[in-house]
Amino acid sequence: MPNNNLSEYNAEFLVKLYRDMVLIRRFEERASELRNAGHIPGFLHPYIGQEAVAVGICAALGKNDFIASTHRGHGHILAQGGDPKNMYAELYARQDGYNKGKGGSLHLANVDLGIIGANGIVGGGIPLVVGAALAIKRANEADYPGSEKCKGGVSVVFFGDGASNEGSFHESLNLAALWKLPVIFVCENNLYGEFTAQDKHQTIKDIASRSSSYNMPGLIADGNDVLDAFHVMTTAVENAKKGSGPTLLECKTYRHRGHYEGDMAHYRPKEEVAFWMAKDPIENFGKRLIENSLMKEEELQTVEAEIEQVLQDAAKYAENSPHPEAKDALEHVFVETYGGRALL
Amino acid sequence: MSSRRISYSQAINEALSEEMERDPSILMLGEDVAEPGGVFGVTKGLYQKFGGERVLDTPISEQALVGAALGASLLGVPTITEIMFSDFVTLAMDQLVNQAAKFHYMTGGRTSVPMLVRMVTGASGAASAQHSQSLEAWFTHTPGLKVVTASTPYEAKGLLKSAIRDPDPVLFFEHKLLYNGKGEVPEEDYTLPIGEGTVALEGSDVTIVAYLHMVPKSLKAAKILSAEGISVEVWNPRSLVPFDREGLRQTLKKTGRLVVVQEAPKRSGFGAEIAAIAAEECFDLIKGPIRRVGAANTPIPYAPVMENLVIPGVDDIVEAVRRTI
Repeated sequence: MPNNNLSEYNAEFLVKLYRDMVLIRRFEERASELRNAGHIPGFLHPYIGQEAVAVGICAALGKNDFIASTHRGHGHILAQGGDPKNMYAELYARQDGYNKGKGGSLHLANVDLGIIGANGIVGGGIPLVVGAALAIKRANEADYPGSEKCKGGVSVVFFGDGASNEGSFHESLNLAALWKLPVIFVCENNLYGEFTAQDKHQTIKDIASRSSSYNMPGLIADGNDVLDAFHVMTTAVENAKKGSGPTLLECKTYRHRGHYEGDMAHYRPKEEVAFWMAKDPIENFGKRLIENSLMKEEELQTVEAEIEQVLQDAAKYAENSPHPEAKDALEHVFVETYGGRALL
Repeated sequence: MSSRRISYSQAINEALSEEMERDPSILMLGEDVAEPGGVFGVTKGLYQKFGGERVLDTPISEQALVGAALGASLLGVPTITEIMFSDFVTLAMDQLVNQAAKFHYMTGGRTSVPMLVRMVTGASGAASAQHSQSLEAWFTHTPGLKVVTASTPYEAKGLLKSAIRDPDPVLFFEHKLLYNGKGEVPEEDYTLPIGEGTVALEGSDVTIVAYLHMVPKSLKAAKILSAEGISVEVWNPRSLVPFDREGLRQTLKKTGRLVVVQEAPKRSGFGAEIAAIAAEECFDLIKGPIRRVGAANTPIPYAPVMENLVIPGVDDIVEAVRRTI
């Protein structure tokens, strides 16, 4: 399996994948602690356990590519280049947050970084990337101010097994296939839609099989293997960029924690949790890097120490960032306010 | 400015065409808007003029088409979509209410949503309960959406152009019964400002506030009342969000009496908002009870005899005005 063979990739790239996964894991663990300590007012949906998906998928993306994310979005945003400082500042509801404290965890976005946004509605981001791909197509066809930001790109949406039952999923796959748009629909099947197990919310095991209804390729990746996710995604991106249209890519994975921070997830059998914990994407990838002499145990520790520093700094940045003023709530309802004429 | 008489639907068509010509990034999408030219023929010829790359027929997938319009708009490609019958917008509510309306706000002003949604609206005769509704009030109740209406060809072209150029999501309500009505429209390029109402008829005793198809009905009512010696001013806010509070105040300064007319069901309609603004902000000018005219609080029935009862008619407006004096 070439995709699973570490020798296919350069060491620097592999170490970066490892590092990016550790960043997400530690970012989320710290976010949970910061919330418990009272620094983060809103709720969180931790991405812990699924890091290989975000990192593997986004490693296949470049400039002019766009992602839309979900309520469990921190991992995707970090993997796409989101700065932990502005992300923590947003979680802290401060002025230097990506959304100036107006969005919080569920709405983190930065279109300049290709991040159309996390989303509070399950399945809500799926149609948006069909539109992003339309914009890319338009930019490929014509020059206009701003078209250079989209030319040659692809758009990617992350969503879960739960969202694959939403109408937005089916409508969007049909539309993207019909118009052969450069979209990759990345389903993170973590086996639970909120508290409900997959076999209680749909009759299929492989969500990728739904691709056949829309006449597009349906690929499956091991969502706990960052290289497998990267490899499969690379194929999908190549197809999209050469005009072959969209792909449905299912990554099989598992969240280590509950649906949201504080959910004890008693609805999951102990054996199932143990099975997936043993497949921890970071631990296993670290072991492989050591076995293949690409990293030493001490170097893994160095990565940890570096990331600890990055996140300490990020939390400090958030802590020091000014609170928004209450009156800021009345701004940004509209761009054009016609001098404020009875808009609120 | 030289002008000519064209229909409301032709005025909309011209606005769409001229704006797409002006800005090569604009895309149009909707059900049957491209090759067929729209169920009401409003987008006729645009597909031939701009090609299938820019004028796109979509599957019957309101959520995906509105969501796609939003996604493209977020990346700087302004979009124009048509909801063939505004009743079908229920299928796209998440994309409009939870996504489009809130993006600029949720991102602290770092994104904008230059999308326009054309809402083909109103009762047009025996189209029954799911093809006749006036749903504008729903959207006025969602901060972040602009809601604009047009009652004449002149307004339709000028306001639609402004709405297309607007950097925020705008829902543009067009009434089916107005499509064939003709009126004077300038030859030259022009826009009408969003957020400014207009006096459709000057008068001194009572103000009727009306928009969309209730404007021509109110003008007919005014004529009847004029024969009785009641001088009616008809004031059309044109856009509901933003709303021209100052314009309302000015007309009430003249008349001091107010009848608010809407085609939508009376209960919780935008007319209630207008009446409340008048009561809260213009109480010093009000000389008598404010009256509202709206549809019966029923679904819209099929049989013409029943539809006529439910939808406000000229008689209902006349009666309401008499009761303010």
